[in-house]
Amino acid sequence: MSDAIENPTTGAEVAPVAPEGRTLINVRQGMFGAQGDTTGYGGLTRFIYEPAPAQRPYGGWFDEVVDVLEELLGDKASEAIESVIVDRGELTLHIASEHLLEVAQHLRDDQDLRFEFCVGVSGVHYPAHTGRELHAVYPIQSITHNRRIRVEVSVSEQDPHIPSVTSVYPSNNWHERETWDFFGIIFDGHPGLARIEMPDDWVGHPQRKDYPLGGIPIEYKGAEVPSPDERRQYR
Amino acid sequence: MTTDYTTPHATAGLGDDDGTAPEFTVYGGDWTDVAEEATRLSEQRIVFNMGPQHPSTHGVLRIMLEVEGETVQELRAGIGYLHTGIEKNMEYRTWTQGVTFATRMDYVAAMFNEAVYCLGVEKLLGITDDIPERANVLRVLMMELTRIGSHLVAIGTGGNEMGATTVMTTAFIGREETFKVIENITGLRTNNAYIRPGGVAQDTPEGAVEMIREMIPKVRHVLDDMAYLQLENPIFKGRLQNVAVLDLSACMALGITGPMLRSAGVPYDLRKSEPYCGYETYDFQVPTSMDADAYSRVVLRLEECYESLKIVEQCADRLEALEGQPVMVADKKIAWPAQLSVGGDGQGNSFEHIRHIMGESMEALIHHFKLVTEGFPVPAGQAYAAIENPKGMLGCHVVSDGGTKPWRAHFRDPGFNNLQALSMLTEGGQVADVVVAIATIDMVLGGVDR
Repeated sequence: MSDAIENPTTGAEVAPVAPEGRTLINVRQGMFGAQGDTTGYGGLTRFIYEPAPAQRPYGGWFDEVVDVLEELLGDKASEAIESVIVDRGELTLHIASEHLLEVAQHLRDDQDLRFEFCVGVSGVHYPAHTGRELHAVYPIQSITHNRRIRVEVSVSEQDPHIPSVTSVYPSNNWHERETWDFFGIIFDGHPGLARIEMPDDWVGHPQRKDYPLGGIPIEYKGAEVPSPDERRQYR
Repeated sequence: MTTDYTTPHATAGLGDDDGTAPEFTVYGGDWTDVAEEATRLSEQRIVFNMGPQHPSTHGVLRIMLEVEGETVQELRAGIGYLHTGIEKNMEYRTWTQGVTFATRMDYVAAMFNEAVYCLGVEKLLGITDDIPERANVLRVLMMELTRIGSHLVAIGTGGNEMGATTVMTTAFIGREETFKVIENITGLRTNNAYIRPGGVAQDTPEGAVEMIREMIPKVRHVLDDMAYLQLENPIFKGRLQNVAVLDLSACMALGITGPMLRSAGVPYDLRKSEPYCGYETYDFQVPTSMDADAYSRVVLRLEECYESLKIVEQCADRLEALEGQPVMVADKKIAWPAQLSVGGDGQGNSFEHIRHIMGESMEALIHHFKLVTEGFPVPAGQAYAAIENPKGMLGCHVVSDGGTKPWRAHFRDPGFNNLQALSMLTEGGQVADVVVAIATIDMVLGGVDR
């Protein structure tokens, strides 16, 4: 018992097995994610991944969209489209950041694709996924064909540069500013990449996982309730 | 520097700014003093702030204006004054508790925030098709009542901002009727946390259908009043027609959705193009216009209210037919106790459920405790849900790491996107038209800033 406390088997030494083309969402320690877990599940380590890349046929119109895009990209197709994921009836294309602009241009302009408008961009932070911690997720909508796909671009925290798609989709102007503000992803070529929600002189990017939620402990009927991110919690 | 005041809404009259013009900043003060000082300095171009605190800005919106005389030369919107970190907070609460946060984003159309979030979570859980029909009918009913309320606020406050207080009071009377029904069913007027992952929080109390039926003619009467008061009024027409015009190509470039896009001629409505909650089974129209101006958007919003009333009527019939059916998924690992009745304090409670967990079954008590404190795990992955909110396309991107809390929840509020168009709507027009342009976008800063 005392050994377990002094030298807990946290599982941290277990290297994540990272299958090619899959996003490591999180490494989950223990049963409840809480410090001082007394349940005996403290040594449990689980690696949580996004679903595996899909195999052809993808089903429905997904094949057509990927086919057309591959044809338009030509030799660069295998380099630009890193992986294709079909999950929960949604098509996700992982695109290499250096090819994003070209892909966006084709998506908007080709008559068989006609993804006229980019619904926005949402950042996601996966600290466990070394080298590709920051993801920018673009839902792109075609009104003509009534389709929606998701384009995902991943970059590292050390070099968080993604080309801005505002030259193709001007509507993404504010969305990219928001993602810069919250995640620190730098959109190269954006006309004015300033903070939008946080004050201009704010330090840090609040939606990153290593940025604390903050808050102060509350006293209630003599007992102290810790702030939400300090409470014992089940994850 | 030349300024032509003969064409109030044209881009003509822009002076040749060679970049050498001196600029001065104004903080508050009496407008007359500011104008006098500007005259004294024989300086025509004035830069000033409208907001962040201003009744016509639908929340806390800062507008940086550059005017020459009465003509807006440049306009930039500054947001973030109502940012509350809802998305970050949701990462620290269970999936069900997230509803309580989401509903507070666009507080004028609260039900839509709940609905889109729950549709996203249900997609992650893979239970979209398991939602009971009665729950879907109640969701549609709530969304349509909220749509009427939201549109009435848009038109009413829009009228108030132009000096027509009667329009606002009339609109709020109509909105109150929808609130009475919503309060009767959910226990709260707004920020209800009524739509939950798996269904809705509680079933309708007795007499709800009759209450809905009684409400419909009252709201229709208010809508008629609004139409009579405004649509043929020469002042109203003068202020709104051909003002804040945004044509189709500009709408597409700026990703505009909702009544603004429909006023430019595209009948794009997610209720028709990607039906959710059973919208494909309801009989309703999507009104459109080709005028693309502020006036046509008011007309569209009014017409949409009539269409929503048609849907509400159909919901009442269905609620009657589906009396006694469940309003929460059958899976006990997800379903929160839902067959509640609203008590005198407005809170839902179920004596049956309490008797079962407190008096009959220890296992049921443990299960209830685990479900409510720990929550339910959601399989890892990501999903995107989109619905038609009164303002346009409301999207929700949810990511799960397989835990009981969201890894990430992001909302694409239509107001956030549509507010980008404010510069295009106003530059070259008159200062007074800025207020009309804000009203015609109809964003709510709670949703814009989240």
